[in-house]
Amino acid sequence: MVQSQQESETLEPVAGQSQSDENVLAARNLSVWYGNFRAVRDINLDVKRNSVLALIGPSGCGKSTLLRCFNRMNDLVLNSRVEGQIIYNGTDLYAPSTDSTEVRARVGMVFQKPNPFPKTIFENVAFGLRVNGFKGNLQEAVERSLRQSALWEEVKDRLNSSALELSGGQQQRLCIARALAVEPEVILMDEPCSALDPVATLAIEDLIRQLVAKYTIIIVTHNMQQAARVSHETAFLMVGEDRAGYLVEMDATDKIFTNPSHEQTEAYITGRFS
Amino acid sequence: MPRVDFERDLRQLQDDLLFLGSMVEKAIAKALDALKRRDFSASQEVLEEDNIIDRKRFEIEEKCIDLIATQQPLARDLRILITVLHVAVELERMGDYAEGIAKISLNMGDEAPLKPLIDIPRMGELAAKMLRQSLDAFVNRDIVGAHSVSEADDEVDALYEQVYRELLTFMIEDPSKVKRATYLLWVSHDLERIADRATNIAERVVYLVTGKLVEMKTSKY
Repeated sequence: MVQSQQESETLEPVAGQSQSDENVLAARNLSVWYGNFRAVRDINLDVKRNSVLALIGPSGCGKSTLLRCFNRMNDLVLNSRVEGQIIYNGTDLYAPSTDSTEVRARVGMVFQKPNPFPKTIFENVAFGLRVNGFKGNLQEAVERSLRQSALWEEVKDRLNSSALELSGGQQQRLCIARALAVEPEVILMDEPCSALDPVATLAIEDLIRQLVAKYTIIIVTHNMQQAARVSHETAFLMVGEDRAGYLVEMDATDKIFTNPSHEQTEAYITGRFS
Repeated sequence: MPRVDFERDLRQLQDDLLFLGSMVEKAIAKALDALKRRDFSASQEVLEEDNIIDRKRFEIEEKCIDLIATQQPLARDLRILITVLHVAVELERMGDYAEGIAKISLNMGDEAPLKPLIDIPRMGELAAKMLRQSLDAFVNRDIVGAHSVSEADDEVDALYEQVYRELLTFMIEDPSKVKRATYLLWVSHDLERIADRATNIAERVVYLVTGKLVEMKTSKY
């Protein structure tokens, strides 16, 4: 059985760290280094439960680096190092005792390019469950995830077909189903629509709006309109003179896109950034 | 990279709006002057020129829609376009009130105005001044100036009340004067509405600058 977040005993609360129940994740004085290069610096932000947070900013501002901190995906990068904290439900994700595999089960990720395994549709969704030693009804769990990702009706009659036969948009929804199967609490999306056509993009956006009732979503996007359409809050990052990304401002999405507080945000979202 | 073409189009659009504003201001002055001088051909011209105002408004609206569709404006750009859209509609309606005054003047025919026109031209001057001030506030992104427009509306309302009472007295004293009094009441009502529309423009200036939709002092009428 996949362990739910309530049952976990490995993620211990951080001493002296308070986090409101409203927030599921928080970054505290977070800096990320790749060797001697600091990719992001001193990030402080809170991610509200059951909300969509969009991370926007120019290329190289550290959006994806920041995103990957939320499920310790940066651990896989050689010479990467994190300073500060990522607090998840009151626990420090980077504490030595924290199991990074467990973190990734609770904080799932969907990548820029759909990356289904060269297996059947069914096995793609079942994969994470099998790895975690799932003992329940696999059929039901796969169907549930495919329904949640709005793909079930399109694939229910060909679950044993190769996932690679699906269209790009369907493959991306399959990857979302695969992430949902292990019952995460948070889903990280790194430009999930950048390889999709407009119709598939809108299908993913509809899906994001449905998923937020149950999950918390953080999405990196270069598409301003997409950020405006799907997110509740938006964080704008910039590249500093030291080439490290930093948070310029974070606010309600409608505020950011109609009347941002910082000139830099204004310049970026209106396309006058140079 | 700066958006050179978009910047140019935005500037042009705002210039077009100011041009529409100047057309409306002239229409108000001309309609009142024609009324005062009983110049039917000038009143007729106001009617014809209102068609040009209407066309200009649609032209501005189409440009706004085109820019929204093609440039996907955000933040300040979005606020400019939304403001221009609203202000163009307000100006066009002001033009309609000027047209209304011209029509009243034509309907009055050879009948002389019931009384010498003193307060009504004064209302017209104030309303036109409010229009100018609201457009100045738009150009200068001036919130203080925008608020002073709404303050000036009180003066127009006071004059309207004065004209209304006076005309009412005429009507009570001599019912045969009701028709001629009503003509002038309509004119003063049109001017009062022009002043209210100037306040609407001022509200849009506040939105343009702050992003906040606020209702300024509501007119008594």
